[in-house]
Amino acid sequence: MDTAYIGKSRKRVDGVKKVTGSATYAGEFKPEGLVHGYVVNSTIANGKIVAIHTGKAKMIDGVLDIFTHENLPDDVRQNVDYTDPLSPPGHPFRPLYNDQVLYNGQPIALVVAESFELARYAAGLVEVEYLAEECTTDIKKNMGNATTEGVEDTAPDRGNAELSYANAAVKIDVEYSQPRHYHNPMEPHVSIAEWNAKTQSFKIYDKVQGVNSSQEYICGIFNLDTENVQILSPYVGGGFGSGLRPQYQLFLAAMAARELQRPVKVSLTRRQMFSFGHRPACIQQLQMGASKEGKLKSIIHKAYGETSKFEKYNETIVDWSGMMYQCDNVKLEYRLIPVNVYTPMDMRAPGGATGMFALECAMDELAIKANIDPLEFRLLNYADKDQNEDKPFSSKELRECYRQAASHFGWYNRHTKTQIKDDSILVGYGMATGCWEAMQQKSSAKAVLTSSGKLVVSSSTADIGTGTYTVMSQIAGDTLGIAMEEITFQLGDTSLPKAPIEGGSWTVSSVGSAVKAVCNHLKKQLIDLAKVNVDEDLDHVNYDEVSCTDGTLLFPNGTLINMSTLLLTAGLDSIEAENALEPEVRQEQYSSYAHSCVMVEVHVDKDLGMITVPRVTSAIAGGRIINPKTAESQILGAITWGIGMALEEEGMIDDRSGRIMNANLAEYHMAVHADVQQLNVLFVEEHDDIVNPLGAKGLGEIGIVGVASAIANAVFDASGKRVRNLPITLDKLLE
Amino acid sequence: MNDFNYSRFVDIGQAVDDLTKKNYAKPIAGGTNLLDLMKYRVENPHYLLDVNRLPYREIVEASNGGLRLGAMVTNADTAYHSLVEKNYPLLSKAILSGASAQLRNAATNGGNLMQRTRCYYFYDTATPCNKREPGSGCSAFGGFNRIHAILGTSDTCIATHPSDMCVALAALDAEIVVQGGEGERRIPILEFHRLPGDTPQKDNHLKSNEIITFIDLPAETYNQNFAYIKVRDRPSYAFALVSVAAAMKLTDNRIENIRVALGGVSHKPWRLPQVEEKFVGKEANNENFEQLAEELLDGAQGFGDNDFKIKLAHKTIIRALNEARTL
Ligand SMILES: Cc1cc2nc3c(=O)[nH]c(=O)nc-3n(C[C@H](O)[C@H](O)[C@H](O)COP(=O)(O)OP(=O)(O)OC[C@H]3O[C@@H](n4cnc5c(N)ncnc54)[C@H](O)[C@@H]3O)c2cc1C
Ligand code: SF4
Repeated sequence: MDTAYIGKSRKRVDGVKKVTGSATYAGEFKPEGLVHGYVVNSTIANGKIVAIHTGKAKMIDGVLDIFTHENLPDDVRQNVDYTDPLSPPGHPFRPLYNDQVLYNGQPIALVVAESFELARYAAGLVEVEYLAEECTTDIKKNMGNATTEGVEDTAPDRGNAELSYANAAVKIDVEYSQPRHYHNPMEPHVSIAEWNAKTQSFKIYDKVQGVNSSQEYICGIFNLDTENVQILSPYVGGGFGSGLRPQYQLFLAAMAARELQRPVKVSLTRRQMFSFGHRPACIQQLQMGASKEGKLKSIIHKAYGETSKFEKYNETIVDWSGMMYQCDNVKLEYRLIPVNVYTPMDMRAPGGATGMFALECAMDELAIKANIDPLEFRLLNYADKDQNEDKPFSSKELRECYRQAASHFGWYNRHTKTQIKDDSILVGYGMATGCWEAMQQKSSAKAVLTSSGKLVVSSSTADIGTGTYTVMSQIAGDTLGIAMEEITFQLGDTSLPKAPIEGGSWTVSSVGSAVKAVCNHLKKQLIDLAKVNVDEDLDHVNYDEVSCTDGTLLFPNGTLINMSTLLLTAGLDSIEAENALEPEVRQEQYSSYAHSCVMVEVHVDKDLGMITVPRVTSAIAGGRIINPKTAESQILGAITWGIGMALEEEGMIDDRSGRIMNANLAEYHMAVHADVQQLNVLFVEEHDDIVNPLGAKGLGEIGIVGVASAIANAVFDASGKRVRNLPITLDKLLE
Repeated sequence: MNDFNYSRFVDIGQAVDDLTKKNYAKPIAGGTNLLDLMKYRVENPHYLLDVNRLPYREIVEASNGGLRLGAMVTNADTAYHSLVEKNYPLLSKAILSGASAQLRNAATNGGNLMQRTRCYYFYDTATPCNKREPGSGCSAFGGFNRIHAILGTSDTCIATHPSDMCVALAALDAEIVVQGGEGERRIPILEFHRLPGDTPQKDNHLKSNEIITFIDLPAETYNQNFAYIKVRDRPSYAFALVSVAAAMKLTDNRIENIRVALGGVSHKPWRLPQVEEKFVGKEANNENFEQLAEELLDGAQGFGDNDFKIKLAHKTIIRALNEARTL
């Protein structure tokens, strides 16, 4: 492939719009007659609503209506299909469906008024009487209720893990835990719904990671065909998984818009951003054994994940332990613990960030017990094939990640430096491996080239801040030899060719491959046109022999044909192509993953326990890097999040009330600028012809995996203390 | 948020008058705390009296050699004022360890004194809280109390005063000047905030019709041997788990005068002058510092999550005193 763009750092094509405020986000559209809904949330976690008193609120001038379970439209209530493409097993939550309260913070009323402020004020006047029942939210207390019901199979066991554990020369038996984490994208969730009574159709602006999933959800609830539901989401201010499933504001806005026959906007407050899915709390137990020489003999990994009482949210937590390292005896177990919370949701590297946290800390513990350098220990047990699936990897440059990270970080001479700084500061170093799936999904795209030389490429995918607009323009530009300035990429609209939701780090690989394919298709059409309209001698030329640059087709015999001229000659204003691309079948014979090696330095105040992270190096093998600039951005953000995961983040739910007590960005700590120092991202060269036609593996998630473990391992190196329950706050270091 | 009336004042007489006569009126300065509380419906004033334009917006040298800080000067302008930096670096340091740059640009000195606790339950009207709703109970007992007090608590409330600035003011023996219906009054900083007792709804001794006008810093400067150490959950911005303001006057390493104030451990900045006095004339060494810390924390009690604060406070005091001594 000619690469004028691919592999080059390009600024975001939407960057100027974003920083000048002219990029219109879902919540910023202002349809004529727009009114505002404000959600009232439950203050108990389990029980029944006995009465909702809305009288006082209704008396406020400007309040249009208040929706509760008592006046939910009948057709909506009777509809049973509230599922979306990512619904886990169970029964999806139905807002305002009945008087039952299933979790604290559940939406129980929507106040609609002429302004947001009025709606919020009136919402505060709604009085609710409950019949509260006991609730429970602490998974540790509920280990006895762990279930396998609705739980997906783990990778198969192999060998005899228990026996080889018993016989192992070096072994550990440890338990790790982590609290709930909340996504908190900068842009809160918001939907603006317009109902057209004449055509019985919705037009909805929604903050979501995939317009098609909102469409499916709305069609199911309101019993509409897809032609009658258009979802638009041109810009998204971060998602991290929180926008993978439609949220309650979407349903409420649509329902109210239809009932009131006016466009309705429902946006969530920051506090309400803590009232739906989150990364589940998790407890993990690991027993691992190795020989004296440091060969892994046994891995037994059990995980207990949190879920709601109404859905069984599954993550892949333990399978990593069967895949990451060469080991013939593996036993994996995964259970769910239902408690009174909303169903957890995918959050950046779901399952991987969790499972690899425990595995990579355990690897460190075992290495140290075996008296082997943690990096050497990993190399000793390097997996050359995926033992879970008994397949080769489509590519795996993890060894090179280790090598480059170690050399950049100075891993091998780290302990020759003094580990005490300024008397009071202890210095520590830690490392971990990261891994994330490289997946391709079926995806479609359309390309239109006009006689004026403009190319419009479109797909219903999203740009959640990852750079989709930019990267797709780069791919199209290279495939058709058209300058990026002449290219417009359109996304976030259900009327465009269907793409999967933006998650799983598969957008570049899936949509990008579809874009490449459709542009190639267009190129063939152009060549055919040339054959007919310009020069019959070109008839015998193969498509592959023609290259494209500067809006021109270059034939092997030296003939140059300008694309615009060609269209004009043929009497066409434009030509277009559309196609859907499925992953190639041969992919099934391989396992495809992105890998990383993370190395960190931490400083620990030996008396006061305060921890800082002066330095992180992350070496990533993620296949072909389409745009190093946006790619690096993804990794920087993910490392930052990993620092928060290790040291700060904790959703605090009071077990007595099931209520989250730190639902704001002052008390829900996460790493921000001043918590982050030097971050170094290295991209390791990796060729992969199998993973997808682009050879790119996706980078949205790999960056967070392993960071928390590397930090925990470094804290141990500095202080001699193993903190196995995240976050590693300073109180845990004061003996 | 509630419906409210808003008016702006340039004249203190009128402001005090409105504060006295109007039903549920509250001064608003930077709004960085009050607005949040209004959005959460913890405070529902009917009248907001904007005090930002009252003539207390400067920092001036006092005739006695001290410094007079206007109550409406922002935390940022105070911390970066050349005389504060030169003579009261302890105060600068404390202010700059608080909140974020953006917040400090808006927050005022008066508002900082009056800011309310960060107890999670206080901010959530769905949970019992004696400070917010006297008699409803205290959710922090048996709940999340990692950030709560270990000294001077009562069985109705274990909240802390969250300010950093006030801890330095306590060490510096500042005086708060207020204007009310009955004229001006001066309140020593240690008598400004109060312990919860059985009326935790009252944070301090300011009367409901009084407005803070100045903070007076005495001539004694402590710009040689001082330290402000703040222990918190992240470097960027977080309230103190424990903070210590330490100031000393030393002659040949002998203590002439010593001040130690603690933040994050009580309903008010914690300082015990009677304990400090015992160390006058003694050697500034670890042994005496240990002894001082011990006595300062006498009677400290944890409530579960915050048990660690007792040990942490001890270590932080030692760290601060050593830093102050060797500065
Ligand atoms: C995210 C966040 C982090 C923070 N972190 C810290 C921290 O680490 N350390 C720290 O010390 N602080 C911190 N703060 C608190 C901040 O310092 C206070 O909010 C600020 O000082 C309040 O000042 P203000 O002028 O904005 O007060 P306002 O919000 O306007 O008022 C606060 C209270 O003071 C009263 N008031 C204001 N002026 C007067 C006056 N002149 N006379 C009488 N009453 C008056 C008001 O009626 C109100 O009750 C943080 C705040 C936030 C939001
Ligand atoms: S500690 Fe004080 S502020 Fe917190 S819940 Fe108890 S009474 Fe309320």
